[in-house]
Formats: sequence, structure tokens, C-alpha cells
Amino acid sequence: MFRQITQTIHRISQSMRLMVGVPEYSTYVEHMKNAHPDRSIMSHAEFFRERQEARYGSKGRVNRCC
Amino acid sequence: MNNLISKLGWLMLSLTGAFAFGVIALNRGESIGAIWIVIAAVCVYIIAFRFYSLFIANRVLKLDARRMTPAYKHNDGLDHVPTNKYVLFGHHFAAIAGAGPLVGPILAMQMGYLPGMLWLLAGVVFAGAVQDFIVLFVSTRRNGRSLGDLIKAELGQLPGMIAMFGTFFIMLILLAVLSLIVVKALAESPWGTFTVAATIPIALFMGIYTRYLRPCAIGEVSLIGFVLLMLSIVVGQYVQEDPVLADFFTLTGEQLTWSLIAYGFIAAVLPVWLLLAPRDYLSTFLKIGTIVGLAVGVIFISPELKMPALTQFIDGSGPVWSGSLFPFLFITIACGAISGFHSLIASGTTPKMIQSETDARFIGYGAMLMESFVAIMALVAAATLEPGVYFAMNSPAAIIGTTAESAAQTIAQWGFYVTPEMITQTAQNVGEHSIISRTGGAPTLAVGMAQILSEVVGGTVMMAFWYHFAILFEALFILTAVDAGTRAGRFMLQDLLGSFIPVMKRTDSLVANLTATGLCVAGWGYFLYQGVIDPLGGINTLWPLFGIANQMLAGIALILCTSVLFKMKQDRYAWITIVPLTWVSVCTLTAAWQKIFDVNPRIGFLAHASKYQDAIMEGVVLAPAKSLEQMQQVIFNDYVNATLAGLFMTVLISMLIFGTRTVLQARIIRHPTTQEAPFELLPAHAVSEK
Repeated sequence: MFRQITQTIHRISQSMRLMVGVPEYSTYVEHMKNAHPDRSIMSHAEFFRERQEARYGSKGRVNRCC
Repeated sequence: MNNLISKLGWLMLSLTGAFAFGVIALNRGESIGAIWIVIAAVCVYIIAFRFYSLFIANRVLKLDARRMTPAYKHNDGLDHVPTNKYVLFGHHFAAIAGAGPLVGPILAMQMGYLPGMLWLLAGVVFAGAVQDFIVLFVSTRRNGRSLGDLIKAELGQLPGMIAMFGTFFIMLILLAVLSLIVVKALAESPWGTFTVAATIPIALFMGIYTRYLRPCAIGEVSLIGFVLLMLSIVVGQYVQEDPVLADFFTLTGEQLTWSLIAYGFIAAVLPVWLLLAPRDYLSTFLKIGTIVGLAVGVIFISPELKMPALTQFIDGSGPVWSGSLFPFLFITIACGAISGFHSLIASGTTPKMIQSETDARFIGYGAMLMESFVAIMALVAAATLEPGVYFAMNSPAAIIGTTAESAAQTIAQWGFYVTPEMITQTAQNVGEHSIISRTGGAPTLAVGMAQILSEVVGGTVMMAFWYHFAILFEALFILTAVDAGTRAGRFMLQDLLGSFIPVMKRTDSLVANLTATGLCVAGWGYFLYQGVIDPLGGINTLWPLFGIANQMLAGIALILCTSVLFKMKQDRYAWITIVPLTWVSVCTLTAAWQKIFDVNPRIGFLAHASKYQDAIMEGVVLAPAKSLEQMQQVIFNDYVNATLAGLFMTVLISMLIFGTRTVLQARIIRHPTTQEAPFELLPAHAVSEK
């Protein structure tokens, strides 16, 4: 029961962050460790800036609606 | 046994829905509670989701849970991340829900609540949600590529270019009409203007905070921003009461237009972290919060619907916008029933994060049902207004005059009971000098929301606060859209122009950047300015153009879906997209034709132009023009609008031809000819994680 509640809260906060274009940092770190152990991993702040640029920057995709 | 219980449950649900429809249909002369509309809508959504979307998923698209998705294949922890379906649903819904579903149903209310409600329900089930779902599916099976790329791959290079070209013009019209809504809501309203202006320094502060003080703390900074926003609403009241400050923040429509154009230009060239990103946080979270709040309000208060189910204006003589129920209702309510814009979102970031193909049903079809529900709530909010007050707010000054007396008199002649006191009292309740001719939908929604929310919290004392809260909420996400849209339009334009002038393609070049941004701002600024000075309110011209453009894009998306179904050799199920495609095409083409050629100058652009031409011949100056030069300008605008409508028709017709060609070719070949990414199995751990 308690676990379900914390999981729901976690998912809501995850979803809220994703709404503004920021996925889970921990997932990214885990992915990099597993798939590309040779490459350097961005810090949380670097990750955050990279995502901001990707959402609004030169990729310039329509990411919201009327 | 379980089977029996399940069947009984669905029977009960169907009966409940049918009963709610019965209450709505059989009531004559008495007002009903909004709850019946909510119940009827929710029953329709649940049944459609359970049966129709499942049919599409299993029989037509044959979704395969074992199939590799782009999120796993290209997993980089950034753009491509396998994401839980509930988490992704929120992301997708936030991206598709904007001002459109809130404004359309309010404008359509001049015909009564029934036509709008029926189109919202039938449209979403058979057209809008189907389009979103299938585009999401098509993109997911093709590495999450964008709509333009998908059309290029499945229909050919040229159709892809045409579709992208059309999209750019939708962007311009969309930005113009959204800005017009803000201008109409803020003109001569110091309280509203102050609170919206205050969002700029608040956003700048938030931007610096997340950049240098506490990076990544989105939740924290949004909370601070939210508190500051609420403070600005409170302070706004003092601004309004202070003569000097009130004077400073009282702007005419034209002044606001120029401010918005300047703002749009500056905001689009500033670094994203400074203004756009923090504004996006505020507007996204406020949007979700307000939608939830409104839903709770409507369900618990169940306000009475004061608007009749049908009004005499279904014949096309209505003051809010001109044109008869067919085809204009179906382009006035675009988002909420079917919105072409969603096909850009469904082929954007969502398909890159989808964990399993089978999630596309819940995310694509489900999120669109939710958007329709938002539109239903906007409809309820508008229907709870006194019809007389609704018409006073939404009719242009050229028809009802500028005083409460003249407005009440004209509206009473239409058969809606209203007194000048009712109009001034409403204005007083919401803390405004006047509510007459506050067209554009946003102020009407704000009054409706203020009535509902003040019954939950605060009573009449709080109505003015809630009204300005609602205005702020709408203005905030419209301004975010203007900023982000100008930016996106700039890149689209650089891409398009870059094909001819290579230097324009360089996104790092300051000259190219400023030129493209300037062109983009000038494009929507032109339509905005034209709308602001129009005595018929501008909405009368721009909203139908926007609706036509949006439904044209929906037509293009459905052409893609139909082509893909034939290429999959699912010919016998192709009707699920052919039926909505036919309806959308018929409505769009008829509406565009009438906007160009109708003999009524309130509908047809050419008739309007020739009316002004005749006046010039006689040496008469017609409003809004003040001189013969301005008369020429009005005629020029009419020709621009007529050309644009003609352009949309041409794009849609040529896409229909390309689509037919693709379908015929696919039918000749005996095996599937889709351009899907080759089949791969999802990694075993991915399947077990689900």
C-alpha cells in the first residue's frame, strides 16, 4: 500500500518533469554506465542544460499545440 | 462468472450514458445541470476507448507488444528513453492541450450547447482520437520520424514538401489568432495587463535561478514562480485602483499589438533558459492544475446550463462569427474534436519514448479523449453564463454598440433576456470596467470559470481574483506558444529558405537568425494587426482561417494514415480513416470555398472587398477605414485572406490526389509496401519489465 503510494507520487513527479522536457537523470546515468562505460557522463546540471537546448533550441520542433 | 459481471458492468455504463443523453435531449424549457453533460461524455469516452480503440489496435493496426520500439533501439537516455505509459501519457497530454480546445467550444456556443457537444463527442471518437492514435503508431514503427518525413517516405518527396509548406502557414495563422485572443482580453484592462506583464520579470528571475543558483530544481522554482504569480494578481487590483499606475497599464488594442510583436521578436532571440523555459514551466503546470481544478468544480458544483440547447443562429446569422452550422461549426471547433496539429506532436517526442507499441492505444487515443473532455468543460463554463451576457461579451461593437444600454437593447431584440444592469454588474463582479465586446473566447471562459471556482472557494468576493487568474492562465500559455512558435517558425523558415539561399540555413548565423525571426514575426504580426483594427472583431476573420488550416492539416494526416492502411494490405478496414477524412475534407473545402466566394460580405472575402470597392467608387469611407488609403488596405487584406484560404484548398486537394495515387499503387501490388523499420524483437528484459 505504502509502496504503491510512493510509486504513484514518483510517477507523477516524473511525468511533470517530462512535460517540460526533462527525463529522469538516474535513468540516463544508468544507461550510460551499462551501454557506454567508456564515454563520460554529463553532470546533472549539464544534463539539464542539454535537455533545455534540445527542447527549445535549434532542433526547432513543434512541441506544443494550439 | 467474471465474464457475466463484466458484461453487466458495460450494460450499466451504456444505460447510464443513454439516460444522461435522454435528460439532455428531452429537457425542453428548463435548464439542466452540467453534470448530465459530464456523465454522457464520460460514458461515451469509456465505451469508445474500451471497444473502438481496442478494435483498431487488434484488428486494424495489429499492435505487437514484442516488437522493438525506437525507445529501446536508439536508447540514449535523452531523446529516446523507454518510459512508463502513465508517465508518457502526462507528457503527451500536456503537449496536445492548449488554448484551442478552450476557445473553440466557446465561440461555437452562439448556436447553443447541443451542436458543439455532439460534434465534440462524435468527432473525437471517430476522427480526432483515431488520427492521433494512428499517427503515433505510424511514427513509432518508423523510428519516431516527423510527419513531414513520414509523408515523404510513404507518399513521395513532393507531397512531403507541400505538407511542410502548409504547416508553416498554419503556424502563422495560429500565432496571429492566439495573440489576438490575448489582445482582446487585455485591451483597456490595467489589472489583466499588469499581471501578464509581471510574468516577464518573474520568468527572468526563475531563469536565472535555475541557471546559476539551483540548476535542475524545476519543482522548487515553479513553486516560487507560482506564489509570485498569485501575488501579482493581488497587486493588480491595487494597480487598477491607483490612477497613475492604472493609466500606465491601460493599453489600447493597437498598443498591445505592437507590444506583443516586439515581445515576440525579443523573446525568440533570447537564450532559451532565460525566458522561454521558465515561462514554459509556469504555463504547463498552471494549465494542468487549472484543468484539474475546473473539472473538480464542474463535477461538484454541477452548475446550471443557462444557454438554450439550440439558438436561432444555426442559420448562420450569428453575431460571434458568420456562417451556417454546416460547415462552420466543424471548423470552429477544431481542437477537442479533431486537430491536425496533434499529428505533429504524435510524430514528435512521444513515439521516441514509447515503451511498447501496445501503449500507443492508451497514449494516442486516450490523451485525445482527455483533450475532448477539456473542451466539454470549456463548453460547460460558457453555457453557465446568462445567454444575454454571453452575447454582450462576444458580439463585435459594430453590431451591439459600446454601451450597456445599446448592447442590452440589441440582444433583447434577438430574444435573450438581458438588462444593462446585468452587464455592468457582471463587469463589476470580475473587476473590469466593461465586458462588452470582449471577443475571442478567453474572457468568456474566464467569467464562466470565475463563477464556478468562486462557488468552490471564496464566493462573490473572490470572483474578480478568479477572473484574473483565468485570464492570466490563458495569456500565460498563449504567450509561451507565441514565443516557442516564433522560434519553431523561424527554424522552419530557415529550412525552407535554405533550399534556395544556402546561407539562410545556418542556424548559428546572427543575420540569418534575425532575418528569419523578423519575417516570422512580421507574418503573424500582419494578421494580428489586421484582426485588431477590424470592427467585426477580427475573430470573425481569423478563427475560421485558423480552423480551415488546422482541419486541412488533419486531412493531410488522415491521408497519410489511409495510405499506410492500404500499404499494410488492410484495405477492408481503411474506412476507419476514410470516413473521418471524407468528413474533414468536405467541411474544410466547403468552408474555404464559402469564405472566398460567398455573396454575403460577412462571410465571403471577395464580397467584402467588392463592397469596399463600390464604396470607393461612390467616395464613401466605411469603418474601420478612416481614409480612402485605408479603404484600399482593407481590400488588400481581403485579397490576402482569400488567397490564403485558396492556398489551403489547393494544398488539401493536391494531397488528396497524391494520396489516391498512393492507394491505387498499393492496391495493385499483392504484398505490403509500407516503409516500416524492419521487425526486431524487443530485448527480453524489456518485455519482462512491463
